[in-house]
Amino acid sequence: MVRTTIKDHQGERRLYRRRLLITLLLSLVGVSALIGRLHHLQITNHAHYQTLSRANRINLEPLPPTRGLIVDRFDRVLAENRSSLSLGIVPDQVPDLPDTLEQLAQMFGLTAEELDHFDSIRKQKRRFDRVPLKRWLSEEEAARFATQRHRFPGVDIQGTLYRHYPYAELTAHLLGYTSAINAKELAELERSVYRATHTIGKSGVERQFEATLHGQPGLQQVEVNARGRSLRVLEQQPPKSGQMLRLTLDLDVQRAATEALGDRRGAVVAIDATDGGILALVSTPSFNPNNFVRGISTNDYQALINSPNQPLYNRAIRGRYPPGSTIKPFLGFAGLTLQSGNAIHTTYCPGWFQLEGQSHKYRCWKRGGHGNLDLDMAIIRSCDVYFYRLASVLGIDAMHDFLAGFDFGRKTGIELPGENPGLNPSRAWKEAHFGVAWYPGESVINGIGQGFMLATPLQLATATAMLSRRNPGLRPTVVLDSATPSPPPAPAPAWDEDNWQQIVDAMEMVVSHPRGTAHILSTDLAYTMAAKTGTAQVFGIPQGEEYEEEELAERLKDHALFIAFAPVEDPRIAVAVVVENGGHGGSAAGPVARATLDAYLLPRLGL
Amino acid sequence: MNRLPRIRADWLLALGLLLLCSISLLAALSASGGDMAQLQAQGNRWLIAVLVMVAVAQLPPTLLLRWSPYLYLAGLLLLIAVAVVGDVGKGAQRWLQVGPIRFQPSELMKLAVPMTIAWYFAERQLPPRLHELLVATLMILLPAGLIFRQPDLGTALLVSASGFIVIFLAGIRWRWIISTAVLAAAAAPLAWQRLHDYQRQRVLTFLSPESDPLGTGYHIIQSNIAIGSGGLFGKGFLNGTQSQLEFLPESATDFIFAVLAEEYGFIGILLLLATYSIIVSRSFFISATAQSTYGRLLCGSLTLTFVIYILVNIGMVSGLLPVVGVPLPLISYGGTSMMTLMIGFGLLMSIQSHRQMFYGESQ
Repeated sequence: MVRTTIKDHQGERRLYRRRLLITLLLSLVGVSALIGRLHHLQITNHAHYQTLSRANRINLEPLPPTRGLIVDRFDRVLAENRSSLSLGIVPDQVPDLPDTLEQLAQMFGLTAEELDHFDSIRKQKRRFDRVPLKRWLSEEEAARFATQRHRFPGVDIQGTLYRHYPYAELTAHLLGYTSAINAKELAELERSVYRATHTIGKSGVERQFEATLHGQPGLQQVEVNARGRSLRVLEQQPPKSGQMLRLTLDLDVQRAATEALGDRRGAVVAIDATDGGILALVSTPSFNPNNFVRGISTNDYQALINSPNQPLYNRAIRGRYPPGSTIKPFLGFAGLTLQSGNAIHTTYCPGWFQLEGQSHKYRCWKRGGHGNLDLDMAIIRSCDVYFYRLASVLGIDAMHDFLAGFDFGRKTGIELPGENPGLNPSRAWKEAHFGVAWYPGESVINGIGQGFMLATPLQLATATAMLSRRNPGLRPTVVLDSATPSPPPAPAPAWDEDNWQQIVDAMEMVVSHPRGTAHILSTDLAYTMAAKTGTAQVFGIPQGEEYEEEELAERLKDHALFIAFAPVEDPRIAVAVVVENGGHGGSAAGPVARATLDAYLLPRLGL
Repeated sequence: MNRLPRIRADWLLALGLLLLCSISLLAALSASGGDMAQLQAQGNRWLIAVLVMVAVAQLPPTLLLRWSPYLYLAGLLLLIAVAVVGDVGKGAQRWLQVGPIRFQPSELMKLAVPMTIAWYFAERQLPPRLHELLVATLMILLPAGLIFRQPDLGTALLVSASGFIVIFLAGIRWRWIISTAVLAAAAAPLAWQRLHDYQRQRVLTFLSPESDPLGTGYHIIQSNIAIGSGGLFGKGFLNGTQSQLEFLPESATDFIFAVLAEEYGFIGILLLLATYSIIVSRSFFISATAQSTYGRLLCGSLTLTFVIYILVNIGMVSGLLPVVGVPLPLISYGGTSMMTLMIGFGLLMSIQSHRQMFYGESQ
C-alpha cells in the first residue's frame, strides 16, 4: 500500500516541542523535589543525622553457621567442628603498631615469616579491618594474653570453628576436606549465604553435600564505638546450622579393609547388597585431611602431588583398572543368557587359543592347559581359553550390551565428585575414538577383561552387588537416608533365574571347590561366600616370552583383583578389591576381601 | 585546500561529560577507601566508553534509522537466548556468555527500544493513530516482559520508560494517556501478585523502612544517615564514617551517591547536579532542534531516560523512592551501564553533528 498522507512537518515539530517542554518542566519538578529532600536531610536535619552518625553504634555482622556433622551408620562422628583461637589486630585502633608487634612477637615467639605474612594481609585490607596475626593459639597462650590485654588496645582473641576429622587418613578419600574458599569458588558462590564463611568443601562428601552441610548464616546488630569496635550485641538472628549427614559407611568395615590393604597401593569398595549403601570406600595410600584444613604448606602439598604413590588420588572411584578375570562370571552369564552360536559348551584347553586362520596364540595363564572344562569349571579354575572362545563367539557388541546392564562403562551415579565412568568398549566406541575398525583379536582378550576394557573398583563392587541379588536397579549411595531397599523380589526378567543360579553356584565354588582359585579363603569361613579372582596385566607380554615375575620392575607387576559377596543364600554385602601390582588376585587381594566381609558379617551373625 | 576529515562531536556535551568524569573518578576513590586500583579501573572504563561514543557519533543518522529495527530484533533474540541458556548470577538470569565476553542483552534494549519506536513513527503521520499505538506498545512490552522475567524489575521499567517516552513525544492524545493511567491503576493489584518476594519486600520496606531494620530497611536508614550527616560542606575526602566503616551497603554501586553526599556535603551535591544539568540542558537543546522526526524522538527519549536515571537513583538513595537497582548514571561502578549511556550520548552527538548535511538532503 502506498502511503498517500503528507506529513505536516511544521505541525509535528510544534507538537513535539510542546511535549518536550512538558517533560522538561516535569524534570525540573523532580530535581526540585530532590534538592528539597537533600536540603531536608543535609541542612534542616543535619544535627539529627550527625548525632546518629557519631553515635552510629549499630553495625551488622554476619554470623557463620555451624557446619553439619558427618557420622557413620552407627553415629560415630567422622567430621566434627572444633574451636580455634586466633590473635588479631585492628591497625586503626593500635597507637603504635611496630611497638605492639614487637611485644607480641616476643610474647608468642612469632617468626619473621609470620610477621611478613601479617604485613602482606594488612596491606590488602583497610585500616579498620581486623587482620589475623597468629592462628591456632593454645589455651595457655590465650590465657597469657588475657592477663596482659589492657596493654594492647586494638588486639583481641577470637574463636572460630574449624573442621576436624578424628579418623584422618582412614576416611579422607570418602569425606574429602574443607579449606579456604578460593577466588574461583568465590565468584560462583551465593555471597549472602557465604558472607561469614571462610571455608568450603573441596572434595568427597564435603564437596558433594556442601549445600546440606553448610547451613544459613545469621546476623547480629552490634553496638560499636565511633572507631568501629564492637561493644555489645543488641539483637541477633541466630545462624541455622547445617544438617547432620549420616553416611552408610560402617567405620569398622572401613578400618578392617584399610588395615588389610596395609601399605600396598589399592582400593576396596564394600556395598550393602540389599540397598546399595557404601559400607567401606578405601583408597590407599591416603593423606591427612586435617593438614588441608589448617592450610597445608606449599612444600608438603608438592610432596603429596609429586609422590609416585599418588595419595590424593581416589582409586576407589577414579582408578581405571582392567577387570581381568573378575569379568568372567558376567561374561559367563552373558553366554548363558544370549545362547548365541552355541556359546556355552565344554571346551578343551591346551594352554592356548587361536582364532581360525590366524597364527597368533592367546595364552592361558596355566601354561600346560586345563584340559576339558565346562562353564562352571572355567569360572572355578579361571580358565582363559574357555573365555577366549566364548568372547570370540559372542562378539564385542553383544558383550558390550550385556555388560552395560551392570553399569560397566558408565558412572554409577554415586554422590561423590570425580567418579570415572571406566570403559566398556564396542565397535562404535572404537570407530569414534580411533577411526579404526574392530579386530576379532580384541574381542578375544576382552573375554578375560584385558585390552580396552577398564573398570573402577566402585563399578566392580556395584556390578557384584547387582549380580548377588539379581537386581540391576541397585544404585550405590553414601547417604543412609537415601539408601532404599531394593524392590523385594528384585525381578530382573532379562536375567533368567536358572542361568543366574548357575553363575552364583560357580562363584561359590571358586571358594569352596578344592581347585577353586580362591579356595585358600575357605579356611575357617563362618558363612558362605561367592567370589572371583582376577589378575590384570599391566602391559602385554610379547609372544613367546616367559612371564617372570621377579624380573619385572615393581610397577610392571600384575594388578591383583577380587570380587565377592556373602552370604550366598541371602547376600548382604558385596566387595571389590584392587591391589596395584599385587600379583595374583586370589592370594594378594582375596584376604583383603575376606577381612572386609568378616568385619561386616561376623558381628551381625552373632559370631 | 586539503581538509582533514572532521571528527563529529558536540563539544558542549563533551565538556559536561568531562566534568562528570572527574567527579566519577573522585567518587571511585571515595567509595573504595582510597584504592588506586579502583581509580585505574574506573579510568579505563571511561577511556573505552569515550572512544566508543566518538565512534558512534561518526555514524550518519540515516544509517542509524535503517539499523534500528535490526538492532531491536537482534536484542530480542538475545533476550530469548538468555532466558534459555543464560548465566544465573545472584539469583537472576541476565548474562549471556559468548567466549570471554559476558554481557546483558537487556542493556542493549535500553537503546534498541527507543531507536525502534522512533524508527516506527519516523515516516508515519503524527500524532499516532490507535492501531499504531498498539503496535508500538507491543514492541515495548515484548522485551520489557522478557527482562522482567529474568527477574530485573529496574531495567524492565527503564526499558519500558524509554519506549513510552517516545510515544509521548510523538504526540499521543491526552485521552489515551488518561485512560491508560486509569487502566494501570486498576491492574496494579494484579501486578503485585506477580512480583517476586524480594521485589515486594523492597516496596514494603520503602513504605516503612523502620519495620525491617536488619534487612532491606537497613540500607535506607544508613544511607539517610550518611547523606544527612554530610551537612553543608561534607566530612571531607575519605572521612565519611558511614561509608568508610561500611555502615553503608553497596557503596560503590547503587548507593555511591550517599558516599558523595557524606564526604562532600550539600555543596558537593549541588555541583554534581549542576554538572548533570549542563549535560541534560544541552541534550534537551539537541532534541528540540533535531531536524528529522526520528532524530527528535530518539534524542528526546535518550535525554529523558538519563534524567530518569538521575531522579530515580538519587530519589531511592535519599529515601524518596523504593530501592530499585538503578545506578547513578556515569558515576556508579559498572562498565555495562556506562557503555550504554555513552553510546546514547554518541547517538545524540551523531544527530547533532550531522545537522547541516541532513538539512541539505531533506530540502
